[in-house]
Amino acid sequence: MRRGIRGVTVTALVAGLAMTASACGSGGDDGNGNAGGELAGTVTFWDTSNDAEKATYRKLAEGFQKEHPKVHVQYVNVPFGDANAKFKNAAGGNSGAPDVMRTEVAWTADFANLGYLAPLDGTPALDKPDDYLPQAVGSTKFKGKTYAAPQVIDTLGLFYNKKLLKDAGVEVPKTFTELATAAKKIKAKTGATALYLRGDDPYWFLPYLYGEGGDMVNARDKVIEIDDGAGVKAFKTIKDLVDSKAAVTDATDGQENQLKALKDGTVAMAIDGPWDIEGARAGKAFKDKENLGVAPVPGGSTAQGSPQGGWNLSVYAGSKNLQAAYAFVKYMSSASVQQQTTEKLSLLPTRKSVYDVPAVKKNEMVEFFKPAVDGAVQRPWIAEGNSLFEPIKVQMNKVLTGSATPEQAAKATGDAYRKLLKDYK
Amino acid sequence: MVAPVVLVIGVIIGYPLVRGVFLSLTDANEANVERNIGVNHLPATYKFTGLDNYKAVLTDGVFWDRLGWTVVWTVGCVGLTFLIGLTLANMLNRTLRGRTFYRLALILPWAIPAFISVFTWRMLYNEKNGILNKLLAGGGIDAVPWLNDPTWAKLSVIAVNVWLGVPFMLVALLGGLTSIPGELYEAAEMDGAGPWQRFRNITMPGLRAVSSTVILLSTIWTFNMFPVIFLLTRGGPGDATEILVTYAYRLSFVDSPRNFSESAAWGVLILVLLSVVAVVYRRALRKQGEVW
Repeated sequence: MRRGIRGVTVTALVAGLAMTASACGSGGDDGNGNAGGELAGTVTFWDTSNDAEKATYRKLAEGFQKEHPKVHVQYVNVPFGDANAKFKNAAGGNSGAPDVMRTEVAWTADFANLGYLAPLDGTPALDKPDDYLPQAVGSTKFKGKTYAAPQVIDTLGLFYNKKLLKDAGVEVPKTFTELATAAKKIKAKTGATALYLRGDDPYWFLPYLYGEGGDMVNARDKVIEIDDGAGVKAFKTIKDLVDSKAAVTDATDGQENQLKALKDGTVAMAIDGPWDIEGARAGKAFKDKENLGVAPVPGGSTAQGSPQGGWNLSVYAGSKNLQAAYAFVKYMSSASVQQQTTEKLSLLPTRKSVYDVPAVKKNEMVEFFKPAVDGAVQRPWIAEGNSLFEPIKVQMNKVLTGSATPEQAAKATGDAYRKLLKDYK
Repeated sequence: MVAPVVLVIGVIIGYPLVRGVFLSLTDANEANVERNIGVNHLPATYKFTGLDNYKAVLTDGVFWDRLGWTVVWTVGCVGLTFLIGLTLANMLNRTLRGRTFYRLALILPWAIPAFISVFTWRMLYNEKNGILNKLLAGGGIDAVPWLNDPTWAKLSVIAVNVWLGVPFMLVALLGGLTSIPGELYEAAEMDGAGPWQRFRNITMPGLRAVSSTVILLSTIWTFNMFPVIFLLTRGGPGDATEILVTYAYRLSFVDSPRNFSESAAWGVLILVLLSVVAVVYRRALRKQGEVW
């Protein structure tokens, strides 16, 4: 019997090793670039768009082949949640990294700092740079160089179910206090909960923080701000909303649960971004498309604000086909492609010229989100920008489950930041 | 004759181990190790820092907190898996109709890749849309916050790990049971021994060789059981279900630049802990007269 068990272990070990070896073996495609003139080879593109968006992105990406028949676009959809780690594993190991990746705005500085991205200044990838919205350009710069082309810009808004609010006889809340008051009426008249509060994703914590006039860090003066009074108040706001039953929350699967609750009409409001417009409209509560309203995120006690987000297109420094990769970035961030993502997915373009196109101008989601984006708060575009989120996530979980007070949570987040940012006060 | 073995062990175990120990004595991270990526060249700028990483980890309360829960998790999981596995193995170790079917059905969880099982469980556990809460609602019971409450989340991860681990225990113990000669039971029955006496004096000693091995293996696996916790709760809510390995992962792979040196220090500490457990366990067994 003993030998039997050991046999099993050894077999498993050998199988495991074989799998690892074969996984490592699949290196990047060595499509050769162009000698002069026509582009050829393969461009691998990692796209991070969600389920409702990916078919459109795939089609657009493959449209590049019409302009460059000798280039093969290898489209790969990588779920947002895994994309950062997956890219780092591939890029750091020098195998399997894509030529072009759709990077979240906070990742660009991080990847650039680690040497994974090719600088794009002076390459064909940066086409008509003056046409980009200035705030969209912010996240593409790192230490004086440009490492990405802005593709999509976004921010959070308050999605609401017009019918439920009307049935309850309440206005769209402008502050979280108003929201809490309206919640009782909404529950009594319609049975729905007022708000779905994303307790699993730190990005959704930022409106509460900005609403109190706070921020995570001040990158210019190198000061950590999260553990001052505003941070404490922000943690307290989310706790109060959940405790008073004005909001429901989850520590896991928030994206799916929030969208489902909104689509089914079990919650009247949710804080969400343009990427979920198509998904929400597929639900039974929005059979009448007009029923989905979007308003600015509610404010806190002193201010109102939501984070600026979006996506950039960046080129892997180790790409074997840089010329084709640059051309692909140019194509994917071009005005015509941006116009199509707006028409089909209601996503916000990063090019000023696209906003003048009539079809884009009269898109009602753009009508709302453009002013919201203009007023959105830029995040600190530092290499550690993305790492600022994990401590918030842990602490907001703790606050919502009652295992930490808002004061403890704010302090713990600040302590985590001090470990991360050694030269910050 | 042993040269190939030495070589293979040296390459697949020795080198990574030595490299890990070396990294744990430096301040290496993703931003200061050498690499060439296309036009970008990053020189190696990390330096030797001695035991600084270990000092930092051991003086931080986080390590001890996580160690406490890891021990509870390991003892809970291994204890429950062993008890359930032993009970089921005894029930199946007799002639009954459809025995093959039961045996196959009980091995099934083992045949499914762990991550698929875990994702399935995660869907079942979903507080708002999961089947478990729908069933409870049918019985008039309020929704249970399976993964959204620290205590429930701890129970939930243990339940899934037990579910995954029972088949292994079952198969191993069933194998052990079939190797106990039937004559012993016959003789005991003639002498008037009851079922419990037969179990205590024949089955348990007969199983000792197998059970001591599977308990040790299972302890080591559970202690380092990354996928169940990571995929089910990501260590949450907060850090309630975080065990040592998942915490080491969060510390060193979620933040950027990835902290290779601190990660290595955690890895070495985990290895040392498990080695100590294994040695103590073997000593204890040897005292009982068991040669392992």
